[in-house]
Amino acid sequence: MGQRTKDRGITYSPSGNGLLVIILGLPVLAGVAGTILPAFGYLPALGGLHPTTAHLAELAGQPHILRSVLVALAAGLITTFAALAIVGTFIAGFAGMPVFARVHHLVSPLLAVPHAAAAFALAFLIAPSGLLLRLISPELTGFTRPPDWLLPNDPFALSMIAGLVTKEVPFLFLVTLAALPQIPLRRAGQMTAALGYGRVSGFLISLWPTLYSQIRLPVFAVLVYSVSVVDVAMILGPQLPATLPVRIAHWAADHDLKMRFLASAGALLQLFVVFAAIGIWLALERIGKFGLTFMTLAGTRLRKDQLLRATSGLAMAGCAVIIFSGLGALFIWSVAGLWPFPKALPGAITAKIWLRVLPQITEPLLTTVGLALSASALALVIAVSLLHRDGRGGNGATYKLLYLPLIVPEISFVFGLQILAISIGFTPAFSSVLAVHLLFVLPYVLLSLSAPWRELDPRFERIAAGLGKSPLRVLLTIRLPLLFRACLTALTVGFSVSVSLYLPTVLVGAGRLSTVTTEAVALSAGGDRRVIGVYALVQAALPFLAFLVASLGPQLLFRSRRAMRM
Amino acid sequence: MQAVDDPMPLMLADVTIGLAERTLLSVSATVMPGEVLTLMGPSGSGKSTLLAFAGGFLDPAFRVTGRILIGDRDLTDVPANERRAGILFQDPLLFPHLSVGGNIVFAIPQAVKGHRMRRQIAEQALEQVGLAGFFNRDPETLSGGQKARVALQRTLVSAPHYLLLDEPFSKLDAALRQQTRALVFSKAKAAGVPIILVTHDGADAEAAGGRVIEVGSEAET
Repeated sequence: MGQRTKDRGITYSPSGNGLLVIILGLPVLAGVAGTILPAFGYLPALGGLHPTTAHLAELAGQPHILRSVLVALAAGLITTFAALAIVGTFIAGFAGMPVFARVHHLVSPLLAVPHAAAAFALAFLIAPSGLLLRLISPELTGFTRPPDWLLPNDPFALSMIAGLVTKEVPFLFLVTLAALPQIPLRRAGQMTAALGYGRVSGFLISLWPTLYSQIRLPVFAVLVYSVSVVDVAMILGPQLPATLPVRIAHWAADHDLKMRFLASAGALLQLFVVFAAIGIWLALERIGKFGLTFMTLAGTRLRKDQLLRATSGLAMAGCAVIIFSGLGALFIWSVAGLWPFPKALPGAITAKIWLRVLPQITEPLLTTVGLALSASALALVIAVSLLHRDGRGGNGATYKLLYLPLIVPEISFVFGLQILAISIGFTPAFSSVLAVHLLFVLPYVLLSLSAPWRELDPRFERIAAGLGKSPLRVLLTIRLPLLFRACLTALTVGFSVSVSLYLPTVLVGAGRLSTVTTEAVALSAGGDRRVIGVYALVQAALPFLAFLVASLGPQLLFRSRRAMRM
Repeated sequence: MQAVDDPMPLMLADVTIGLAERTLLSVSATVMPGEVLTLMGPSGSGKSTLLAFAGGFLDPAFRVTGRILIGDRDLTDVPANERRAGILFQDPLLFPHLSVGGNIVFAIPQAVKGHRMRRQIAEQALEQVGLAGFFNRDPETLSGGQKARVALQRTLVSAPHYLLLDEPFSKLDAALRQQTRALVFSKAKAAGVPIILVTHDGADAEAAGGRVIEVGSEAET
C-alpha cells in the first residue's frame, strides 16, 4: 500500500495544517469574542457584568453614524471594483506583450510602500497647496492663494478611494501574476483571436472565470481591508463624520475606559458592515457572471478595444507615477525652507527639519525595526517548519486559512485582543505587540515562501536522502540554502508588512509603544507638513532598504556560485 | 572507490504498481551484485515510479504491493535516508550552492572522519574521472559531460548498497552519451552492487548488458 513507502521527509502529514489552525485561528476567534462580549456589556475588568443593549443604543445615537457606515461601505466596494477592473483589463489587454513586463517593473515596488506613506504621498500631491496645483498655478488656474477646497479629506471619500486603489492595484496585480502560469494564456489568446475576438473580450470569455476563481480570496481580502481601513482613512478620508473604522479607533483609544464599550459595539457593527460588503460583492459576482454569459452567447467580439486597453495601462502606470511623485513631494517638503504658494519649488533648501526630527524619531525607528525584524524572523521559522512538516509546500485547501486574519476586519478582532489583554491585566509591551504583528506577518511570509518551496526540484532532496542524510539535515544543508533567496524575499515581505501595521500597533501597544507608522499617522491631524514629510519618507524607506539588503545578500554570500546569484 | 563491505543482491518481490484503478506494472526479480537489470518502456509506463518505490520516495497517490529487499533486509518500510540507494537522474543535479568538491564531500558517509581524509577521498574521486584540480570549481562552470561525471562520483563515494539509474544519459548529446555510458557502467559494475536502470533507449539496454524487462506495453492501450 501507499503508506508502506513512507518517507518522513516527503510524505504528507496533516499536522502542519493543524498547527496553522491554532496559530492563526485561535487568536482571531478569541479576538472576535473579545469584541462581541463587551458590545453587550460584558467586560468584568471594567465593571460590566450584566448583559445589556445600552451600548448598542448608544452607538445608534452617535451623530451621523449611518453616514459613517455607508461611506466606509461604498468606498471599500468602489476601491475593490476599480482595482480589480484595472488589473483585469490590463492583464487581458497586455499579458505576454513587452509593455507588460515594463509596467510590472514599475508597479511591483509599490507593494512595498506602506499604506500610510502612500496616503501621505497622494495627500501632498492633491492638497490645495500641494504640488499638482503649484505646478499649474497661477498660469492655468489663476490661483495666487491655495483655493478653499476640501482636499484631501473630501466628504465623498474620493481621495481615500484613490489612495486605496493605488495600493490595492499592485497587490491584486502580483497575486494575479502568480496565478497566471496555471491558465493557458497563449493558446486561449490565439484561439479567440482566430475567432475574431479582441484581446480583452477574448480573455474575459475564455480565461477570466478560471483566473478569478484563483484570486477570489485575495480579492475578498482587499474588500475587507478597504471597508475597514483606518490609517489611510485618517489621512485621506472624510472627517466630521469620519468613516466608521476611524471613529471606532478613536473610541478605542479614548482615555475614558468606559468608551471601550462603545468601541466594542462599533467593532461589532463593523463586522456586520463587512458581512454586508461581502454579500453585495457576491451579488456583484452573480451579475458579472450573468453579464459574461450574455457576452459569450452574444459573441461580443469587441474588436476595437484599444481605448479600453490604453486606459487600463495608463491607470496601472498612473498608480506608480502618483505614489512616486508624491514621495518626491514629501521629500521636497521635508527639506523646504520658505515655500509660498504658488511657487513650484521652495525658495531655499534646508536640513533643519531633518536635524530637528531625527533625535525624536530614533526611538520609534528602533522599535519599528526591532518589531519588523523579530516578527519576520519568527514568521520565517514558523513558515519553514510548517512547510517542512507539510512536505508538499502548502497546496492544501486548509492553506486558505492563511487568509483568515486578512478576511476578518482587523479592527473587529485586534480590538477584542486588546480587551482580552486588559481583562487579564496584561501590560502592553513589545512582546504583545510582536505577537499581534506575527498574526499579520505570518500569512504573507507563508504565501511568499510556499510557491518557491513547491517549485524546488524534489530530486535534489531525493539524491541527498539516498546519500543517507536525515530529513532535518536535508532541510538545513540542501533545501534552505537552495531557497536562500526565497527565504530572504519572504523575510522582506514580512518586514514590510510589519512596518506598515498601524491599527494593531496602536491598539495592542495602547500608546506605550510608538513606531514610525503610529507617529506619522498621529501627525496627520494637523501636524506640521514638513515633519510629516520626514516621518512618511522614513516609513517608506524602510521596506526599500530591506529589499536592497535582501537583493545584495545572495550576491555576497554566493559570490562564487553562478546559479545561486540569479 | 570504496567498495561496499559485503555486496548483497537486491530483490523485488511481486512488486505491483498501480495508479487509481489501473495497474501500471508488475515485476519480480533478483539483481545480483554487479548485475544490471534494465526496465525498458515508454514514458508513463510506471518505470520511474518503480525507481521511486525502490528509492523510498514514492508519491502516496500510487498503490504499491510487494516488497523490496537488500540481502535479507526488508527495505519496504525503511525511509529513504536509511536505504543507501545511490540515484542518478537525467540531470546531474549538482547542488548549486556547493563547490564541485563540496558536492562529493557531502556524499561521503559520516563514518569517514576527519576533514583532511574526506577532502582527500573527494579529490581522488575527481581525479579518477579526469577532473583533478576541480575541487574548488563552481558546478555551474562545468560542461555537461563533466557534470555527469561529478554526479556519478558523488553517488559512488556514498558507498551505496544499490544503484538506481533513471535515464541518466538521455539528455547528453550522442558522442558524449556513448562515452558517459561506458564510464558509468564500468564504474558501477566495479562498485559491485546491484543496479536497476530504467530507459526508453535500446542502446542503453544493450550497453548495460544485462537482463531487460519490457514494461508498459499494456498501459499504452
